[in-house]
Amino acid sequence: MTRARLLALQIGVAFALIAAWHICSNYPVIGEVKQIRFFFSTPEDVALRIWKFFATGMIWKHLWITLSETILAFVIGALGGIIIGFWFARQPRVAAVFDPYVKMANALPRVVLAPIFMLWFGLGIWSKVALGVTLVFFIVFFNVYQGVKEVSQTVLANARMLSMNERQLLRHVYWPSALSWMFSSLHTSVGFALVGAVVGEYLGSAAGLGYVIHEAEGTFDVTGVFAGMVVLALFVLAIDFLVTLAENRLLAWRPPAAGQG
Amino acid sequence: MPFTNAGGRPGPDTSKLEAVRLEDVSVVFGTGPDAYCAVETASLSVADGEFVAIVGPTGCGKSTLLNVVAGLLAPARGRALAQGQPVAGITRGAGYLFQQDALMPWKTSLDNVSVALEVAGVAREPAQARAREWLARVGLANFTARYPHQLSGGQRKRVALAQVLIRDPAILLMDEPFGPLDAQTRGMMGDLLLKLWSRDRKAVLFVTHDLDEAIALSDRVVVMAAGPGSRIIAEHRIDLPRPREISEIRLEPRFHALQRAIWSDLKAEVMKAYGEQFSGAGTEAQ
Repeated sequence: MTRARLLALQIGVAFALIAAWHICSNYPVIGEVKQIRFFFSTPEDVALRIWKFFATGMIWKHLWITLSETILAFVIGALGGIIIGFWFARQPRVAAVFDPYVKMANALPRVVLAPIFMLWFGLGIWSKVALGVTLVFFIVFFNVYQGVKEVSQTVLANARMLSMNERQLLRHVYWPSALSWMFSSLHTSVGFALVGAVVGEYLGSAAGLGYVIHEAEGTFDVTGVFAGMVVLALFVLAIDFLVTLAENRLLAWRPPAAGQG
Repeated sequence: MPFTNAGGRPGPDTSKLEAVRLEDVSVVFGTGPDAYCAVETASLSVADGEFVAIVGPTGCGKSTLLNVVAGLLAPARGRALAQGQPVAGITRGAGYLFQQDALMPWKTSLDNVSVALEVAGVAREPAQARAREWLARVGLANFTARYPHQLSGGQRKRVALAQVLIRDPAILLMDEPFGPLDAQTRGMMGDLLLKLWSRDRKAVLFVTHDLDEAIALSDRVVVMAAGPGSRIIAEHRIDLPRPREISEIRLEPRFHALQRAIWSDLKAEVMKAYGEQFSGAGTEAQ
């Protein structure tokens, strides 16, 4: 399939969905129009609302809050994951001791932590960052741990034969290997940072995309909910695109088959 | 650059310092009833500047001996010396060419070669300049910016060879380095190796299962018995004149005489190893 054809088909899917939505919410095809509109709004209204978001400029503040929470959660979580992942991988005893606790902490549904974080860090951005960190940390941690553990024994023996000391092995062998594993999960971990931010906002905040959606829901403003969701989806797409760019740059050495394609 | 002995030197000189010496080395893997003795009381000596090939059936512990010399593996009994010094930890001054891909996949060929100097304290600029020289020497002047996965198997071996040789090792350990390559590439790599080696004649310990390759390259062929507990059972001096060209030397009558002589020692061991595998498979099937 050519690129142009693929793009045309992708746009076609969106067009078909919106057309179906438009028809059902304007003509009594599957039910009373008024009722349908109450539950699903109409694409025109949603588009108008999104236009208002940007025209009045109110959305920028919320986007910025959600973006900063996402970035902070990703950076802090990734740093923690890298440091602890390296430490555990190089110190099997430490890893063995902490193993059950890591598993326990990872199995815990993070949503239950949200109220506690709000108690600890307040209603500002830090409680949302903390929620994102608990999600990002484990993804990065497991990948870095795996990356350090699964360094090819031949590459390692060869590096040793090149008289590398422990510090040089870390820099030239363990670190790049761990990073490659971490970057292969970049999409997932950035996505989870965003999930942490939005869920945190949704559960209690005064700003951010999650707050916008929650506010609209509180007043049965379905148009607002859908508009917020569309903005959130576009925001996710934009971040994902940036991650792909970063990935292509940082993982240029990878054979294409081993990458994410 | 330390290519002092560029001229051809006649045959190995046994009065010279020994590069490698193994005294009754035994290597055991595992402990208790599961212990497996890979090598039993093997003794070997490689003179400075001598090219020694080790042949033997698969799984006879050829690579194990090499790892002992490299310091990657400690022998259970016996002693290993490199340049007169007992081996303890990684052997300084030894270069190791592995059978499998050992290049760092996240570095370009240039960085893979120059890092060998950089870790020894050479600044990045001069290290890269010398890495370029070495890549040109192995015929990869135009492939400096490629990552290992963008190179063919033979090209990767050339990079690995440059990576090992740039450090100017006193002892070169090679573990079936050309094993995974096709026949033509193997011959070319052998010629390249001989060309580079003849410039300064390092001591080489070359493990291979290919008898022709062993004869074509080396000054001496050492035959190992089938495992477990394999020993060195025979040695043959290869008196073919140098410089050699691998495709040509295979046609010499003397080459065939040596081949026959060594094969008569090797054959029984290969059959033994094969028989063991065969009977092993048989008992498994029952």
